[in-house]
Order: sequence, then C-alpha cells, then structure tokens
Amino acid sequence: MVRYIIRRLLWAIVLFLSVTIITYVIFYLVPVDPARLAAGRNPTPEQVKAVGHYLGTDRPVWYQYGLFLKRLVIDHNLGYSFADRVSVNTDVLNAAPVTASLVIGGAILWMLIAIPVGVFSALHPRSKTDRVAMASVLVGISAHPIWIGLVLSYVFGYVPTSGHALGFSFPSFTFLPIQGYCNIRGASQGQVCGGPIQWFYHLILPWITFAILYAAFYVRMIRANVMETLNEDYVRTARAKGAPELQVLRSHVLRNAMLPVVTMLGMDIAIALGGAVLVENVFGLPGLGQLAVTAVGTFDLPVIIGTVVFASIMVITFNLLVDILYAWIDPRIRLG
Amino acid sequence: MATATSEETTRPAPLGDELLRVENLEKHFPITRGIIFQKEIAKVRAVDGVSFSVRRGETLGIVGESGCGKSTMARCVMRLLDPTGGKITFDGQDITHIKGNDLMRVRRELMMVFQDPYASLNPRKRVGYIVGEALQVHKQGTPKEIKGRVQELLDVVGLNPEHYNRYPHEFSGGQRQRIGVARALAIRPKMIVCDEPVSALDVSVQAQILNLLKRLQREFDLTYIFIAHDLDVVRHISDRVGVMYLGKVVEIGTALDLYQHPKHPYSGALLSAVPIPNPRAARSREPVVLEGDVPSPINPPSACRFHPRCPRFQPGTCDTIEPVLERKEGSASEVACHFPLETWPMSDLRLPSGSTPR
Amino acid sequence: MALLDVKDLRTHFHTEDGIVRAVDGVSFSVEKGKTLAIVGESGSGKSVTCLTIMGLNSGRRIDISGEAVFDGEDLLSIPKDELRRYRGKRISMIFQDPMTSLNPVHTIGRQLREAVQLHADVTKAQANARALEMLKAVRIPRPETRLDDYPHQFSGGMRQRVMIAMALINNPDLLIADEPTTALDVTTQAQILKLMNELQRDFGSAIILITHDLGVVAETADDVLVMYAAQPAERGGYEDIFYRPHHPYTWGLLRSLPHLTSVGEDLKPIPGAPPSLLNPPTGCRFHTRCPYAMDVCTTVVPEFALVPGSGEHRAACHLDEETKQREAAAIASETLADSA
Repeated sequence: MVRYIIRRLLWAIVLFLSVTIITYVIFYLVPVDPARLAAGRNPTPEQVKAVGHYLGTDRPVWYQYGLFLKRLVIDHNLGYSFADRVSVNTDVLNAAPVTASLVIGGAILWMLIAIPVGVFSALHPRSKTDRVAMASVLVGISAHPIWIGLVLSYVFGYVPTSGHALGFSFPSFTFLPIQGYCNIRGASQGQVCGGPIQWFYHLILPWITFAILYAAFYVRMIRANVMETLNEDYVRTARAKGAPELQVLRSHVLRNAMLPVVTMLGMDIAIALGGAVLVENVFGLPGLGQLAVTAVGTFDLPVIIGTVVFASIMVITFNLLVDILYAWIDPRIRLG
Repeated sequence: MATATSEETTRPAPLGDELLRVENLEKHFPITRGIIFQKEIAKVRAVDGVSFSVRRGETLGIVGESGCGKSTMARCVMRLLDPTGGKITFDGQDITHIKGNDLMRVRRELMMVFQDPYASLNPRKRVGYIVGEALQVHKQGTPKEIKGRVQELLDVVGLNPEHYNRYPHEFSGGQRQRIGVARALAIRPKMIVCDEPVSALDVSVQAQILNLLKRLQREFDLTYIFIAHDLDVVRHISDRVGVMYLGKVVEIGTALDLYQHPKHPYSGALLSAVPIPNPRAARSREPVVLEGDVPSPINPPSACRFHPRCPRFQPGTCDTIEPVLERKEGSASEVACHFPLETWPMSDLRLPSGSTPR
Repeated sequence: MALLDVKDLRTHFHTEDGIVRAVDGVSFSVEKGKTLAIVGESGSGKSVTCLTIMGLNSGRRIDISGEAVFDGEDLLSIPKDELRRYRGKRISMIFQDPMTSLNPVHTIGRQLREAVQLHADVTKAQANARALEMLKAVRIPRPETRLDDYPHQFSGGMRQRVMIAMALINNPDLLIADEPTTALDVTTQAQILKLMNELQRDFGSAIILITHDLGVVAETADDVLVMYAAQPAERGGYEDIFYRPHHPYTWGLLRSLPHLTSVGEDLKPIPGAPPSLLNPPTGCRFHTRCPYAMDVCTTVVPEFALVPGSGEHRAACHLDEETKQREAAAIASETLADSA
C-alpha cells in the first residue's frame, strides 16, 4: 500500500510537469509573441522589444520555462494580469472559493438525489417510479445547463419579482435571486451582500442547475451498479444466512456497488473545480470559470495560464486522493 | 532439473513418427516490485522443466489440478506464450522462438480448442465467420470456397450447415463447443491441443463431444494433446497420459498403465480421489485424502515438489534430491519418484517399513 | 417422521418469453441426519427446488405451490419474515462457487460473526469465539490469524471450508449444498466431501446434496432423487438407484459415464439435449430422448409410481416392470464388473 502511494505521488509529479510544459507550449510558444500582446495597442517595435526584455521572452525557451516553473513552484506566483497588473494569485484565490462553493454544494445535492433515487430504481426495476426516474434522467442529461439555469431563473427569480405570470397578476415578491455571489464570511468592499445566509440563498438556483446534469448521470450509474451487485453470489449468501433485506442492502450491496461511484465522483468534482463555466456564467458567479472566460476574451495570458494551472493541480490532486481512497476501501488492492 | 528423457522405442502400436517434442520446457512469469524501476523479486514457475513427446496419430492426455501448469504448457506449445527456457520441436522444426511469417506457417498446423464455450467464441461474429476465419487469414480459397468448406465442417461436427449465419448465443453449450472444434479443424491442422474442452459441459453433452473428437481423429488423421482435470475423461480418450504437479511431469505412461497401476503417489492420490459411481465399491474402500493445499508455484518446495504432502515422504531423500523422470525397472511408464508405488490399488499409500529408494 | 417433507412443489417464473416451469411437481423427504442427493443436469430444476424451499428465489413474479413441511411447519406458507429466521439457523445453504460467494470487502471473521449475530443476541467477542471454533472444525490452519483475512487471501478449497463453517455455525438441522465441489479440484473435492461427512456425524445435520456427478452421489448419499426437466424421474435409496434403476434417464446417465466404458469404445451419451422449460414436451418429458419411448409416452404423463416390492423406490415411467428389471440387471452387472 505504501509503495502504491509513493508510486502514485511520483506519478502525480510527473503529470504536473507534463501539464505545465504543455500549458507553456500552448500559451507561450504557439500564438503571437506575448511581448507584443503585453505591449498594448499598436506598439512600436522598440516598445515590443522593451516589453519582451521585461517579460523575458527574448530568452531561450527552456530558460523561460524554467523561470515560469521556478516562479510557480518556489514563489507560488502565477504572474501578473496583462489587463490590470493584479497578481493572478489574487484573482485565482478570490475566484476559487466561489467555484468551490458551487461545486461542492452541488455535489452534495446531486448525491443526495442520486443515491436514493438510484437505489430505489435498482430495487424496483420497471416500476412506475423507476420509469419516471429514467425519463427524468433522460431530460436531465439532454437539457443544456444554460437552458435549465435560465428557465429556473425565470420561474423562480424573475416571475415572482415581476408580479406577472401566465396572464395573471399577483403582488410581487422576491423568491430567489438570479445573480450574484455573496461571500460567506461577510460582505467585502464593493459587495452588496454577505454572510452565510445570503451565501446560501444566492447559491440555491445555481446548485440546482449544476446538480441536475450530474444527478442524472449518477442516478443511471448507481442504478446499474446496484442492479448488478444485487445479482452477485455473495448477496445470495447473505440472504441465505438469514439477513434482513435492509442489512443485505446496507452491508453487502451498497458497499460494493458504490466503489466505482467513488472514483467517478472524485474525477467529476475535480474537473468541475477547474471551472463550472456555464452555470457561473448564467448566474453571474465570479468563479474560476468566469475568470478564465473573461481572460480569454481579453487574451490575458497570465490569468488564462493561472486558471489552467490551478485547475490541473486540482485534477491531479483529486485523482491521487481518489486512487488512494479506492485502494484503501477495497481490500483486494490494499492487501495485494 | 530433470534431464531430457530418452526416446522410447519399444511401443507396440505402430503410430507415426514423432510429431511434437518438448524438452525441458520452462515458463516463468516474473513478479516485480519497485517504485519507479521494476525489479524482479520472484518468479511464478508455472512450467518448470517439462519434457515429453507426441507421435503422429496419438492422443496424449495431460492431467493435473489447478496450479500445475498444464494450461500454461499448452499455450507455450501453441506459441501463444514465449517459453522462457527449453525447446519445442514440431514436425522436425524448432518452433521455440519463431516469430512472424514462420510462426504463421506453423499456426496452420497447430490449432486449439478452448475450455469455455461461452467465452471462446466472439459473440459479435457469426458462426460461419468464426469457423472460416483461419481459412481467410491463411488465404485458403475464395470466399465462396471457404463458405463451402465451413458448411461441410458444420455438418461434420454434427451441426446444421444452414446455421451458418447464426450467432453464438443462439446455440447451447455443447453446440458451441462443436463450433470450437469445427473452427480448429477448418485449416486441416496436424495437431489439435484441447484445453479442458468438456469441463464446462453437462455430463451427457461431454460424452457427445468426446465421441466427436474420437471420430474426427480417425477421419482426419489428427494428433491430440488433451488437457483435463477429469481423470475419467482423459483415460477414455488418451493413448498415453502425463500427470503434472506444480510445473513438472511426475508420471507419464500409457492410459492403461496409469489407471491400472499408477506409480507416483500423487497419481495414486488423484486416482483415489475420483469418486466411483458404484456405491458398494466406493463405500468399502479407504480413499487416500491429501492434506493441505497445493503450494504456490512461486515458491515450490525443494527437491521433490510433492514431498510436503506425500504420504511416503522420507526425510533426507525426498527433500534433498530431486527425483528424475525416468523409467523404473519392470514398467513402461516413466515416473519421477524415489519411492514409487509397489502395488495398486493400495488403501494406504504409506511406505512399508524398511524400504529403500529405487 | 421426516425432517423435511416436500409435496408437489411447483415453481413457475413469469418471464417476458412466457412462463418458465422451473420446478413442476417434485416430492421428496429428508430424514434427520441423513443425506439426500438430488441429481440432474442443468435445467433439471434441482437448484431452484432448494432455493424455493429457502425462499431465495430472485425475480419479480413467481408462482409457488405445494408444501415443504419442515419440522411441522410449511415453509411455503409462512410469512417471509418468519422464513428468514429459519435461514442460517435451522436450514443453511452453501453454493457452488466459493470465489464469488463471499463478500470481497469484508473479513471472513466479520462474515462469520454476522451469521451468528443474526440469530442470537451475543457480543462480538462471543461471536468471534464461535467463529474460531468453527474454523477449527473445518480444519483451517492457524485460524486465529485468519479471522482478519479477506476472502481473496484464501484458496478455493479453503474458501469452501469457510462457507461450510458459516453454514454450520448455528448448528442447523438441515444443510443444503448446491454443487459444493463442482468448481474444485478433484483432490480438494475429496477433502471437502470427507469433511462434510465428518461434520455430519459430529453435528447430526441432514444434508441435501445437489450434484450432477454420480460418483459423488455414490460416495455420499443415503437417498437419491433424479430430476429431469423440472420433474422427478426416479427416487429411492442409493442401492435402488445404482443397482435397481427403473427409469431410462437413470439408465442413460449410468451408461454415459466414462468410468463404465472400456477404453477405446465410444461413450454412450444420451442423444439430444434437455428440453426448454417454457414449452416442455407433452406426456413424459423424457420421451424425445428416450430409446424406449412408446406412443403412450407422448401423451400421458407417467405416474410417479412405487416400484413393486419396495418401500420408497419410485419411478415415473410407462415401461413394464419386466423390461425395467432386465435393464436394471444389465446395468448393475456392468457397474459391478467395472469396479472389481
């Protein structure tokens, strides 16, 4: 087991280096000369050269990469935004909690939906509930998150406040907000709202939107896994011992059926942490996704790279954690 | 290590000349450990020095239990695996390490029937394709000719040629195994290796497949290596039988000799363990029951592999000197044992007191 | 009085293709401390019979009829919760494949303790002690260390011993073993059968042994039930079945064994294959493969009649007694001659 962990750690480091090299190649070497970009609109050649010297782009490639890596690993510095010279670190660290709130809250929500529905469907295949669930899954997977977000915003956000719906009028009220993010610790300067309640309140619709797609996938997967596990011989043995159905389910079926779900969950969360762009966009949440999208629009290289690197680190770390967790849960891997 | 055995020349039946000869065949699988650089720390000695030969037209049966290496040995002979040691000579040619086109040519002569009729047929391919694939690969005729041959083969193995376009799942286990046999037969090989071909089948179907194999052997002049763990089945179809234990052959002789008078204590235990479908006989005998499990092929016991479980174990001899597979006086079988069985049946395999190694 | 008395058991599964009559009118009994072997090929219904008695059939729509009276109680008519209390305590079952029959993520100690604690209010320590006792009884070496091991750390034979330990841990009156040695090597099979024999002596449990191997039947059974296509073909003591068989299917089974044919002769298999249970043949289900079939066999279902002059030997066949005795004698002499 220890050997396994060490090997995975080393591999994670290799992955990290590969990701940074590839990022560097894509962003620094392929497109236009970054110096030219950074120099602003219609720079003169001398200005470009000066900027180039300042940024170090007139040095050999490997030197630049080394510098980049050094800044990254040792100084923990992701650079400075071209747009406003703000440290990318600051930008990323401001945006990360937003995305994290969205993703982790969403993950909890989708698992709270998916596990009961999936297990129930597996235990009662082809029942009415199962059929309804499977139809919903189809809708959940097919419907675009932006569409879902907009519809939810409209129904729960706009309509109540406008006081009109389907030709009826009613006194307007605020039900759920459709935009904005509130810091959980309290309003910081420039923000309208703050505190945990507001934080939660503003995230309700985004959570639901985010969770629907994943819940659909997971209901289907959990259903399939549980159905398969129910047919395993050791479940029959447990029943033969006289175990009540609930215990069979809890102790024998779920433990085994959920093993692959753990892996998937880790991966999905990791990737989403890199930027749940669509949902953030619809609801105006200033997370990593929004940060990256805005940066692409202005070709703000350091920010783009910063978000990519941060996202990659998230994915690699989560991957590693999930692998270790899986190896620990499954004794066949843990004990060889 | 067992040395190469001398060629037998006193066989009464005029079978053909030697078709396959295996000398000191070894197949070891490395077990590696290491964080970055994998280092070999142990080996699974699946096949550890096996020698035998098969004559044209003969059926050699190989029996043994799990972990004895018989399947690995079969795959080495078929060159589905690369031997890590030893030599395999097929029809006069050394095929131990051949590759590429040379291997392709040999593949036409040497085919295999597998154990699991449910897993060994590609469920997405039609039966006609499955049976005719070898013919296609080796370009043995136009598609029309191949189809004709395939239908002939389906008929030969007792299936309806009209079912050419069906899928494997539309057939029963026994029928699927017939398809497997037809597939092996298609290219007119000289030798067919059957790896537990009837183990997964019902008793009455087993008998049908065995009869089929025997008939085909006569009709098509085939040589068989028949691997199984069911001793009754092996006896029935084999001319000679070899018993394997932990990667080595411990006894090899004619079927009649082995079953009427096994020499190796393991063969004795094996035979004794087979339930006899005759209640009075079964209940009046004292079967020999071995203790413990088969040891792991990673760390086989020293000298005689069977010594920790052998009822005739003699310390000082069996655990220090490795017995050689050789003919002992008074018998045509070869056996690798210091204290081979004197008589059979024996209720007690233990050595009579005062015995000396032979 | 018999420990288990099964009368006219029928189990029908409703599937998309129709009704599968997996068990269609089986009756037998098991005596205390004795072994009944149920023999048949795949599809004969031998496993489903026992799964039905235990209430372990999986599937949505199943029709069950008949009686299975165990120690005075009809298991087929009591509520599910009550039947559950019998399972693992008074009737235990072990299955064919020891590799997959144990939960891979629980230690065997935990699985053994579960078997105990499901039926008795004992502490973990007490359950552990009992588990240890059983591991010793089934001769697992160094049992104290092995309680914390996982199933994948045991060999096939050892796993089956653990299964047996788990089944006998509550001292059941009846143990049902569904092909317990089919997946094992022949020397391991010999060990397991010997173990089961000894345990039966020590614990006094009755055993139902489901198998397709007549050799195993010959070595272990007191009574034998031969099943074909979901129905009983023949039933009787072991001497009846082997030396006085009265059904062509039994004759076919005995004759098709490689053991009885001399080397070199072709084997004598039963031609054809077992029939579909969706649409079984009319009359006697074996008539399509029977070399003795007469017209009446295609239309009239033969009665599971008592063989004249016997106590409990029954066979379902229209043939006259004379032919049956002649065939029986022929086979018996072949059997006896071969194992001289």
